[in-house]
Amino acid sequence: MNYLPNIIFAILLIFGIGYFTKNVKKLIRNIKLGQDVDVSNNKKERFKNMMRIAFGQSKMVRRPIAGMLHAIVYVGFIVINIEVLEIIIDGLLGTHRAFSGIGVTYGVLIGIFEILAILVLVSVTLFWIRRNVIKIRRFWNKEMTSWPKNDANYILYFEMVLMTLFLIMNATDVAFQSMNNGNVISQFIAPWFSNLPEATLHIVERSAWWLHIVGILIFLNYLYFSKHLHILLAFPNTYYGSLKPKGQFNNLESVTKEVKLMMDPNADPFAAPADDTNDEMPAKFGASDVQDLNWVQLLNAYTCTECGRCTSSCPANLTGKKLSPRKIMMDTRDRLEEVGKNIDANKGEFKDDGKQLLGDYITHEELWACTTCNACVEECPVSINPLSIILDMRRYLVMEQSAAPTELNNMMSNIENNGAPWPYNQMDRLNWKNE
Amino acid sequence: MSDELKVPIMADLMAEGKKPEVLFWVGSAGSFDDRAKKITKAFVKILNKAEVDFAVLGTEESCTGDVAKRAGNEFLFQMQALMNIEVLNAYGVKKIVTCDPHSFNCLKNEYPELGGNYDVVHHTQFIQELIKSGRLKLKGNLYKGKRITFHDPCYLGRANNEYNAPREILKSTNASIVEMNRHKRNALCCGAGGAQMFKEPEKGDKDINVLRTEDALQTNPNIIATGCPYCNTMMTDGVKAKEKESEISVLDIAELIANSEEL
Repeated sequence: MNYLPNIIFAILLIFGIGYFTKNVKKLIRNIKLGQDVDVSNNKKERFKNMMRIAFGQSKMVRRPIAGMLHAIVYVGFIVINIEVLEIIIDGLLGTHRAFSGIGVTYGVLIGIFEILAILVLVSVTLFWIRRNVIKIRRFWNKEMTSWPKNDANYILYFEMVLMTLFLIMNATDVAFQSMNNGNVISQFIAPWFSNLPEATLHIVERSAWWLHIVGILIFLNYLYFSKHLHILLAFPNTYYGSLKPKGQFNNLESVTKEVKLMMDPNADPFAAPADDTNDEMPAKFGASDVQDLNWVQLLNAYTCTECGRCTSSCPANLTGKKLSPRKIMMDTRDRLEEVGKNIDANKGEFKDDGKQLLGDYITHEELWACTTCNACVEECPVSINPLSIILDMRRYLVMEQSAAPTELNNMMSNIENNGAPWPYNQMDRLNWKNE
Repeated sequence: MSDELKVPIMADLMAEGKKPEVLFWVGSAGSFDDRAKKITKAFVKILNKAEVDFAVLGTEESCTGDVAKRAGNEFLFQMQALMNIEVLNAYGVKKIVTCDPHSFNCLKNEYPELGGNYDVVHHTQFIQELIKSGRLKLKGNLYKGKRITFHDPCYLGRANNEYNAPREILKSTNASIVEMNRHKRNALCCGAGGAQMFKEPEKGDKDINVLRTEDALQTNPNIIATGCPYCNTMMTDGVKAKEKESEISVLDIAELIANSEEL
């Protein structure tokens, strides 16, 4: 019977990690629904970007208050996880504080954990106040209803509870307190429990320990359903982020092929298509659903933390238009999840559900409000590019549906006819010289 | 005032067996828009003054296709690009300068994948280079003591990371440069980018150019400086909307230099 806790612990651990792995596999499958795109170049520069932007948080601190608080929670998260390693060893082997044998170093380590824990508690509380009391505008945009709003708060509550449990666990650990080494914060909490009989104290300590590790396993599995997924995906996302100048929009090679054919005076317009093009899928220009986007854009959608820095700097949004770059990312993720569930329900095959990203999630009005100014791209702390999705959907509207606003159609026919967006003759191009 | 503008045409130079140092890409706005034509002329005056060996394509120039690409019409863009590239390559063009950040971005970043490889610079970069190398000596003091705020064009700034060249030029006019709260990489768009210039804005609380003009007015400027023909139009309209056109002028960097040197 002595092994019962160890067995229960092992089962919890296997179940927790197993379910997480299952969801990660689903995540990867969903991302791979996107079109292929070659991002295998410049490995060194990409790695540097990842270290600077994701690991080094270089873009987070551009907004100093949020940046600093975030950095504390981030460092806390990484460092305190060393403690989780000890918890796992203790849980599996039935030991108590397996690392404590390393002496003074252990005290220093736990001391650091405790200080970080209290800092994280303070930061998370301030985050909560910014969201719910000060009501910072970007957290209260139209798209921040129900789940997105609650999700953010749940994460904060989770972190508050986990940190509190960690400190209580240390404060009620009689052996640890009597070591008088590393209990820099918990020594002040210990007196709150001093009146309890030793047996109760032990139960409190064990409860905090179990709740702490179970909480961590639940949190791990919560990630997949939450914007908190960014703690994992920020790394690949910054690695695969664009290395090109922001103004450079991608070239559509399928279009190049056709345009070159059109412009080739030697091409026979009535010729049957060459054999090797016969089995190619008919090209669709632009994107109307998530499968038309490339996998980096889909990874972007899963990485989005819904922080709204993009939307808060978007000129269209700032002037009351419907466009919100954050909503573009959230819609893409929601639709991708829907497509994923459809595939699961239909034995690995997508069955047309009569819906698509364009129209059912993102409206034409939103797409046409974009000035392509790149403010959203510049702002994103994890290298997400909402603009590329907007452009791909505009491409679909224009090239597949001829659904541009009338004025833009006029502009485009002017270019076709006169080589200028205005109805002026190309032969008048040099008139300014003598005016 | 100096005499007539010297505007050599590529085809003429070619006929004489000459090849200019740089091609001046005028762009559609610079060729046809009444306000932007003034910028074009101001820049030519600077080129003449610095005795730059340049040429324009004239009637052989066509729209870069930039605005079609931003609107989503990749077909039209590529047709324009491939035609332009044919002309540019036929003349063996190596270096291009333009006053339009949209043409600049498009020629510089998007033409290479279609076979057009040129050294493309924005006119502010070119003017700064002329000043640095001593080919353009500035003596004018017209703007001394004036407050000038510079509005960063998205396609020069964020899109291509050029924030310094326009500011360096402004410094050399001895004006005092005041920055808006949103500037450089945080600059707000003028509202014309991404083909918005050619359509009515979507419904909202206000127009983007008005908001941007409010940003500028907060700095109490005498002059709002721009480096883009579209930004110029948008800011001019914004100043009019705020009924400040008698106090504040909106000028392109090229115009500022041409004016202060009495070109």
